Amino acid sequence: MTRTAKNEPPGVVWLGTPHFPVAARTAVGDPQLRENLRRATTTIRSRRLAAVGELDDWEDLRTAGAAVKRAALRHLDTHLLRLEESVERAGGTVHWAADAAEANRIVTELVRATGEREVVKVKSMATQEIGLNEALSAAGITAYETDLAELIVQLADDRPSHILVPAIHKNRTEIRELFTTTMGQWGRPAPENLTADPAALAEAARLHLRERFLRARVAVSGANFACADTGTVVVVESEGNGRMCLTLPETLITVMGIEKVLPTFADLDVFLQLLPRSATGERMNPYTSMWTGTHDGDGPRDFHLVLLDNGRTATLRDTVGRQALACIRCSACLNVCPVYERTGGHAYGSPYPGPIGAVLTPQLAGIEHAPSLPFASTLCGACYDACPVKIDIPEVLLHLRARAVESKRGPLPSPEALVMKAAATTLASPRALAWAQRAAALGGRVLARRGVLRRLPGPLARWSASRDTAAPPRETFRAWWRRTHRRPGQ
Amino acid sequence: MRIALFVTCLCDTLYPQTGKAVVALLERLGHRVDFPRAQTCCGQMHFNTGYRPEALPLVRGFADAFAGYDAVVTPSASCAGMVREHHRTLAVQYGEPELAAAVDRLAPRVHELSEFLVDVLGVTDVGAYFPHRVTYHPTCHSLRMLRTGDRPLRLLRAVRGIELVELPEAESCCGFGGTFALKNAEVSAAMLADKVRQVSASRADVLCAADSSCLLHIGGGLSRLRTGIGTRHLAEILAATEGAER
Repeated sequence: MTRTAKNEPPGVVWLGTPHFPVAARTAVGDPQLRENLRRATTTIRSRRLAAVGELDDWEDLRTAGAAVKRAALRHLDTHLLRLEESVERAGGTVHWAADAAEANRIVTELVRATGEREVVKVKSMATQEIGLNEALSAAGITAYETDLAELIVQLADDRPSHILVPAIHKNRTEIRELFTTTMGQWGRPAPENLTADPAALAEAARLHLRERFLRARVAVSGANFACADTGTVVVVESEGNGRMCLTLPETLITVMGIEKVLPTFADLDVFLQLLPRSATGERMNPYTSMWTGTHDGDGPRDFHLVLLDNGRTATLRDTVGRQALACIRCSACLNVCPVYERTGGHAYGSPYPGPIGAVLTPQLAGIEHAPSLPFASTLCGACYDACPVKIDIPEVLLHLRARAVESKRGPLPSPEALVMKAAATTLASPRALAWAQRAAALGGRVLARRGVLRRLPGPLARWSASRDTAAPPRETFRAWWRRTHRRPGQ
Repeated sequence: MRIALFVTCLCDTLYPQTGKAVVALLERLGHRVDFPRAQTCCGQMHFNTGYRPEALPLVRGFADAFAGYDAVVTPSASCAGMVREHHRTLAVQYGEPELAAAVDRLAPRVHELSEFLVDVLGVTDVGAYFPHRVTYHPTCHSLRMLRTGDRPLRLLRAVRGIELVELPEAESCCGFGGTFALKNAEVSAAMLADKVRQVSASRADVLCAADSSCLLHIGGGLSRLRTGIGTRHLAEILAATEGAER
């Protein structure tokens, strides 16, 4: 599947936000949001460092995780066919979805076939990606999110802003307010006199959701891993809502990106150590649910696994970009990213925010739908150091920047391309550079007041809006050397 | 040992004192330094902004200018990183095996200043005197690309008269990021504000770093807010031998 045409809709839910720099402006100027993000990311960062520091073999684990994922991706077709066989042998049904529309159609039809008008959901990135809730709603089916943070986002009619902590942009006081005003419209209202105490908020959500779990006959989930050899599907979570959804209903529909497949059950060894420590900074996550097909009298009687491509095969074709498919959605890169910490997730315009989103979204959706995302980074490298499967995110960002520039090249060069071309011509020769330096020094000294440039012209005004610049010196290094070192052959 | 200085286009144009400091320092340590005048720029701005074909001639120019030297010393971690990590990428991508071979010969001999002093020359006490309260910001590319570790700090600790104070959240990016500072000016400014806050909290009189680009950015913020905190490149502190020269 290729996505090149501009008029072809992206297969990733696109929030219709403007380009990153514009979208980020709102967040950067919102003191409450900045404070919420700073607090939350600082806390998770230090927890992760502590959890990772406990293990002597953390680097070996990362290396192993990276190796398993890369090997799995290299023979993805083989593993997927094997997974299909294993799941069906165990009593499940496997469906293949080339894109978001097909996946949504499959899930909608499966729910319709049960006669139900409600589904409960386990938090899932894949269903966010394809906009499943919206598609179900259009078919008259209500999807209820049961993860605490996803519930918050749903009650607020908001969008998630973090892979693991979707409501990271909201603080306790805001959540208390939200529960008090909206819970009653969706089901059991919040208790009276609800406080912003985390335990009280959790209890309110627990009571609200409990009814829903007991009533639900259909559940929709994502998957963290699926083992090709056994057909076992794995969901890793913290709240137990996943366990409820995966065991109580009669029908379970799991939507999983094709890159989630692991060759063997034994591979989980590495990932069940890497994921919780990287994600929440815990040694082990509270709930790990695994299921293999269906079993009479135990759990759902119908199990459907929807394997989602949606741009993944196209991504796999890119030898540099494909490493992004190794992502296990731990969010460590978001929590350490200095850009994410200031902007939050909404500015990235997709369910995948932060550094991994900046490399995943343009590849899944097509670079022409997200050309500003690869530039939403200072290339500081913190994400690469934190990644449990060693995705070299800066390398992929650089690669995608080149692709973004190439995709925009046309008969009429952009102003930026003209500047870059002129700079390249100047820098290609020491003589041209020396001339340009003299011109810059002259211009700089004309504009400077007491040796400092406070306002610069053109696009450089964006620089001088926040920074002073010392006026260029009268003599460049090159000129000084020439004056003081008159040796032949230099 | 034939040592060449790669001064970088930024230092050449805006901070000649940094280049002069490298020369003075190495000469004081008993080495002769050449400045190959054919040098211009490593191509990092073009490469990092996605303009790869434009960066390629600069890779060629770099390989030509510095061929034949035993060591190339540069006062910039990010330019050293560009040469060592990405010049090869470009040569290979555009199918130039001869250039790739030249890069392979040259790249391992390109050293950021603190690497060169500590690893190649084997010195940490360079005989400097700098009687000021200084805090050190480890730039992202020295920290996470070149992995220079505590080399710059070891060099600074050996400076006489210096009072080194800790920079809170030192390892956070300052928000420069090359053209990021223009493309994402608001986010860059937000990161700068936090870095300026930490530099002020350190109560230092001078902020030191081993990359002029980050100093251009942080120093610009320190000046705009009239904090009175100055900036010095690592080379300038290591070259200093007397009093407070500005």
